[in-house]
Amino acid sequence: MDELRKKATELLQSGDVQMVIGYEKGTKGPRPCFISVPEEAHKLIFDEQCTGNLAVYLTHKDLIAGQKVAITASYFALRSILRLFTENQLQADRLVVLTVSVDKQLIVFTAVDDIAAYLQSAPVPKREDDAALIARLEAISREERWAFWTEELSKCFKCYACRAACPMCYCNKCIVEENRPQWIQPWASTLANVEWHINRAMHMTGRCSDCGACGAACPLGLPIHLLTRRIVQEVQENFGIGANEAVQKDNVLSTFKPEDKENFIR
Amino acid sequence: MMEKRYISLISLKRWLEKLNNDGKHIYAPVHKGEKIDFGRISSTDEISFDHVQTTQSAKSVAFPRTEVLFSYEKEKHNVRLGNPASDSIPESVVFGLHPCDAAGFDPLSAIFNWDYKDELYNARKEHTTLVSISCTKSDEYCFCTSVNGGPGNTTGSDILLTPVEEGFLAEILTEKGETLMKADETCFEPDRGSVKEDYLVKLPKKFDLKTVQQRLNSAFESPVWKAQSQRCIGCGACAFVCPTCACFDIQEDAHGDKGKRLRCWDSCGFTLFTQHTSGHNPRETQSQRWRQRLLHKFSYMPDRLSVVGCTGCGRCSRACPVDMNLLEHLISLNN
Repeated sequence: MDELRKKATELLQSGDVQMVIGYEKGTKGPRPCFISVPEEAHKLIFDEQCTGNLAVYLTHKDLIAGQKVAITASYFALRSILRLFTENQLQADRLVVLTVSVDKQLIVFTAVDDIAAYLQSAPVPKREDDAALIARLEAISREERWAFWTEELSKCFKCYACRAACPMCYCNKCIVEENRPQWIQPWASTLANVEWHINRAMHMTGRCSDCGACGAACPLGLPIHLLTRRIVQEVQENFGIGANEAVQKDNVLSTFKPEDKENFIR
Repeated sequence: MMEKRYISLISLKRWLEKLNNDGKHIYAPVHKGEKIDFGRISSTDEISFDHVQTTQSAKSVAFPRTEVLFSYEKEKHNVRLGNPASDSIPESVVFGLHPCDAAGFDPLSAIFNWDYKDELYNARKEHTTLVSISCTKSDEYCFCTSVNGGPGNTTGSDILLTPVEEGFLAEILTEKGETLMKADETCFEPDRGSVKEDYLVKLPKKFDLKTVQQRLNSAFESPVWKAQSQRCIGCGACAFVCPTCACFDIQEDAHGDKGKRLRCWDSCGFTLFTQHTSGHNPRETQSQRWRQRLLHKFSYMPDRLSVVGCTGCGRCSRACPVDMNLLEHLISLNN
């Protein structure tokens, strides 16, 4: 932690960055903070509780406002940052990416490729909380699963916290806000909610870092992050690429190659 | 009016079952996964009594998340309009809401009757009786005592129950409350003389409302909004769980020659909030939208409707994915 605060102070003092996006102590757990003066770098914390995906702020134009920034990134935020580079949303010379490894070492990435290399070697953080629910969903029939999701999603009131918490949802205009034509019914009702969540999950295919921020953000506690998690698994099974690789590739669902195994595109 | 009675837990359940058998729709706090939220109950065994706060407020009983305002159908040269069924709204009872939620119906009613008397809201509210339960515990997000409320505040309730030894002190506060009690008055015993205040949670004031309001009056251009709103990610969680947030959006469920016009919850946190057709947006940044949220509740509503737009329930802070703790921001404005 001292190393991180020292580095943040250095970066701000030297003028290498004008803002450090990190975590500070919040009401019950860590929360995002934005440090612009070296005197406030002591607020920064970074531990295994810091699971919120800070990469979401890198595309907030009002916040970044053309500044050079540093970010303290969790494992999954690093994946999101790689994806944002792949999608040309970030500039390497305007961003300093920091992380703290499991053995508490501060790591300062100097190149995008170094992030990719780090993700290959670092252990994927465990999330045991969902194991029981995933096991239950895998054990039941397709019809029962549909009934489960219909019931869960019927509760959604469309506050869009899932969208707001996701680093990949940086569109200026979300498809649910398009009304000429209206692709998705924007009100809250069972069918309209299912439409929204299926669309959200499909738009994440091959892009999702599997950080779980969408589910963590849901004020109603709907396990919507399991939809995107399942899609990460589907991408692995159908395209043979894991989440770390997928985030560096062209979008799996909208990229066609002569060697693709499906016959319908030939 | 005000009448005090005593009711045991067993009699309370018997009374609720009578109301249920009479065909009333009873909404009460129930377990929903790991959360506690309002749901329609069929048995009193479903009711949670020991939570601090439900995830959502009780406002949807009078202001549903999606509501049909009217329907229409083209017939040759005519358009047939279908009015909302405001005469077939079921008699509802919200049971077990806390005083902060009952008090929340005052600002809601003020908004829905400000310049236009909203037929649907008023009809739903008219057909709803509120049976609240005083608070015997609170958490770090609660601040009702700082916004004219309190753990045993009677504002807005038709009946207020305060847990006393083995049962409840029942304050029958309105005619609606009395009518509901009389559905089975045998459940209610004479008052046992319990001192209500002895059973309520002690919740010290966290800030001075007048001071905060005075500060806000001259704070429109303050840099504080930008600083406070940096971590806000612009979702609608705070507004949707709020007992007093009443902003709505109109949507069209159109299918060729027929359709429905819908009223849906909206939030000042959304980028589309106040966006004009021209593209101009009077609240175009997140800091302006955050300012809108605070000024609306603590300045505009007191000025225009003589009611504070916050009851200190703390839900917005509990629901926020990035810990935009409202109380913390109000305390910093106070100081």
